[in-house]
Amino acid sequence: MAGVDEFARALEDTPGGGVVLTSIDAISNWARGHSLWIMPMGTACCAMELIAASFSRFDFDRHGSIPRPDPRHTDVMVVAGTITKKMAPSVKLLWEQMPEPKWCVAMGNCAVSGGIFHHDTYSVIRGVDEFLPVDVYIAGCPPRPESLQDALLRLREKVRSESISPSRRRTVEGLLPLPGGEKR
Amino acid sequence: MTIDELREHLCAAYPDLCPLFSVEFSDGVLLVDQARLREALEDLKEMGFDRLGMVTAVDFGDEFELVYRLTSRSMRVGVFVKASVPRSTACVRSAVDLWPAADWQEREIFDLFGIAFEAHPDLRRILLTDDWVGHPLRKDYIDGSIIRRPDYL
Repeated sequence: MAGVDEFARALEDTPGGGVVLTSIDAISNWARGHSLWIMPMGTACCAMELIAASFSRFDFDRHGSIPRPDPRHTDVMVVAGTITKKMAPSVKLLWEQMPEPKWCVAMGNCAVSGGIFHHDTYSVIRGVDEFLPVDVYIAGCPPRPESLQDALLRLREKVRSESISPSRRRTVEGLLPLPGGEKR
Repeated sequence: MTIDELREHLCAAYPDLCPLFSVEFSDGVLLVDQARLREALEDLKEMGFDRLGMVTAVDFGDEFELVYRLTSRSMRVGVFVKASVPRSTACVRSAVDLWPAADWQEREIFDLFGIAFEAHPDLRRILLTDDWVGHPLRKDYIDGSIIRRPDYL
């Protein structure tokens, strides 16, 4: 991304370059946000909801999200299910095979925090954010496909806030306030 | 072999253990000595118990109990074979040569309980990673990463 950063910096320094820069941002973010192809990392029952999401009743194709079984074709890894310590290296490997820019959705309680396996277990990773940078968390055991839809629309907001120029990237505020009034 | 013949045969072969064998529930329990376990399994295989449903183990603290579930499709009867294995020398003869289905089951027991099986063709961990330390289903297993459930849950 170093070349892109230099290009963006040059545009920022050029008079009138900001118009070009923001136009490129708008087009690329629109394209990225409306074709979030899903890497279905389904390891447990949440995968059923993930599968249902792409079929006719919920039809995520209308959002431009289709599941692809190849990490090299995809933008979003949806981790749907319990990740065990033995599975984690494989998930990490698949994540590393995905091309930038890429996002991660932790779907369901197991992927968020270990869920029902949080306590008294020896084999389960307590939340996929122990080794992946998660963008959107969906609670539920399992969450309904509507929740996944909501997650993708929120992810689209996050994608919309990105820029090829590092100085123009914005952070999107989450909904949940943390103790002490901060938002995450 | 009918069920009555099977019962007679088992009563003769295992005189002190037979009361546990009940035909009403079409299955029975045979408690055998660890030394006689292999002999009993070979015996049962010869009698027509041609299917091994599962092998598992129970941790009773100072000893493990191995549990074999055998069924016979011709006699329509099933039997549990149980054998106590001392914790200090947890090693028994593998049953893979009698029933190939025992292969992965015994690997699982080796993985989670640490009971070794002699003459097993491929005795290595099956569920956990190869570099795992310890055997998690043992009652005295200690792992610092386990979060204990608090009392209020």
